[in-house]
Amino acid sequence: MPFIEVQNAAFRYDGKEVVGGLHFAVERGDYLCIVGENGSGKSTLVKGLLGLKAPASGVITFGEGLSAREIGYLPQQRESQRDFPASVLEVVLSGTLNSLGFRPFYWRKQREIALAQLRCVGMYALRNASFRDLSGGQQQRALLARALAATQKLLILDEPIAGLDPLATADMYRLIEHINRDHGVTVIMVSHDLQAAALAAKRILHLENRQLFFGTTEEYRNSEIGKRFLSGGEPA
Amino acid sequence: MSTILEMLSYPFLVRAVVVGLLVSLCASLLGVSLVLKRFSMIGDGLSHVGFGALAIASVANIAPLSLAIPVCIAASFLLLRMSENTRIKGDAAIAMLSAGALAIGVMVVSMTTGMNTDVYNYMFGSILSLSKTDAALSVALSGVVLVLFVLFYPRLFAVTFDETFSRATGIPTRAYNAALATLSSVTVVLGMRMMGALLISSLIIFPVLTAMRIGKRYLTVTILSAAVAVAGFLIGMLVSYVYEAPSGASIVCVNIVLFLLFSIAGGIRNAAVKR
Repeated sequence: MPFIEVQNAAFRYDGKEVVGGLHFAVERGDYLCIVGENGSGKSTLVKGLLGLKAPASGVITFGEGLSAREIGYLPQQRESQRDFPASVLEVVLSGTLNSLGFRPFYWRKQREIALAQLRCVGMYALRNASFRDLSGGQQQRALLARALAATQKLLILDEPIAGLDPLATADMYRLIEHINRDHGVTVIMVSHDLQAAALAAKRILHLENRQLFFGTTEEYRNSEIGKRFLSGGEPA
Repeated sequence: MSTILEMLSYPFLVRAVVVGLLVSLCASLLGVSLVLKRFSMIGDGLSHVGFGALAIASVANIAPLSLAIPVCIAASFLLLRMSENTRIKGDAAIAMLSAGALAIGVMVVSMTTGMNTDVYNYMFGSILSLSKTDAALSVALSGVVLVLFVLFYPRLFAVTFDETFSRATGIPTRAYNAALATLSSVTVVLGMRMMGALLISSLIIFPVLTAMRIGKRYLTVTILSAAVAVAGFLIGMLVSYVYEAPSGASIVCVNIVLFLLFSIAGGIRNAAVKR
């Protein structure tokens, strides 16, 4: 039984199919990269995996004791978030809310989780800094720590490198790989950065309002479509 | 000091100060979430809807709060819906609703009793309009708002900071938005008697923006916001008493001064950090 299994799923908005023909599985420890151009249905699929949007047809099943609430999520950043007055620790602590149950406040356990994740992403020293004073890369690290504080099983990253400079981008990819390899966290990453994604991920899912390709990165490189997209750089 | 003692010798003033303090406190705490979620327009919209409801209640001879509170809660859900829709249209729709409610209120009053002092008071606020039952109700409701705010503080933070993430981790964000809207409606209606429909939204917006000039953490901003609201209210009341000025306008003016002072302090600190 795989971690997540998507069978013949399709998603619609206002009766119009945004993405369909989805048929793939994510195993524990996988690093899947979902690629495709803007409007190809990547974000819709992510919403479906998060349980924020129900598939119009087909099924998504979670296996191996994974529940839909045990997904750590790194959303695309909103503009209003960049100048939010909160300390890094406050942001990361908010990831632990689902472990709080009915208690109203954070306890020692939540603090420990948050601090451990801050160490993991290399933001421990900046834990008391204000979120709005951080660089774009540091903000993404803090949000990654928050996602990790929510779960250690599965991370879904929606365009984690959007708006980052090349150095911060390389840093982010290295960090995601480290989390996947050394901490055994399953990663699903959405990206339009094909080149880097093809290097980093273990499997590729290529969307264009339907499933164009699903398989290992190796297979993708040798496939007709993979060759076309990888050699031509980023599709215009 | 003697002025303060003199003020406290009037029972109606003591009542007004107690209620006003609690309402300011509630408004400033809810304001942190509303302003950061870009919902500040909702506070403004609510006050105008509240005015319309109070005007109709006074004409129809219904107890004002018993009509205004449910109407405002209903309106707050509508406003929330509007603001969730495409950004620009939502803004315009809120402006339309608030102007419309204000106009209906004015029409209803002018066609029946005429613009009497009641209506004037709802517009600009009056501390004299507070009856004993009003005061008791206000204290109880603000107590509820404060307790809920403290109990849900971590969750409110999460929903304010990032709704999508919260929803993905299983927090019922819609319920929290609805709770926020309901609590804001109650606070707006309670505060409107004293501050007036035209000024109540400033109780929600000013303290947070002032606190954000200096505060860098959410907890600091929340506490500073509450402190600014309390200070602004007390100084404003004192000014209003000494200069015989309307209480609502006095409080807002004090808030403007506080905002400027905090901006200067924040600017100086940032310059010092950069050096």
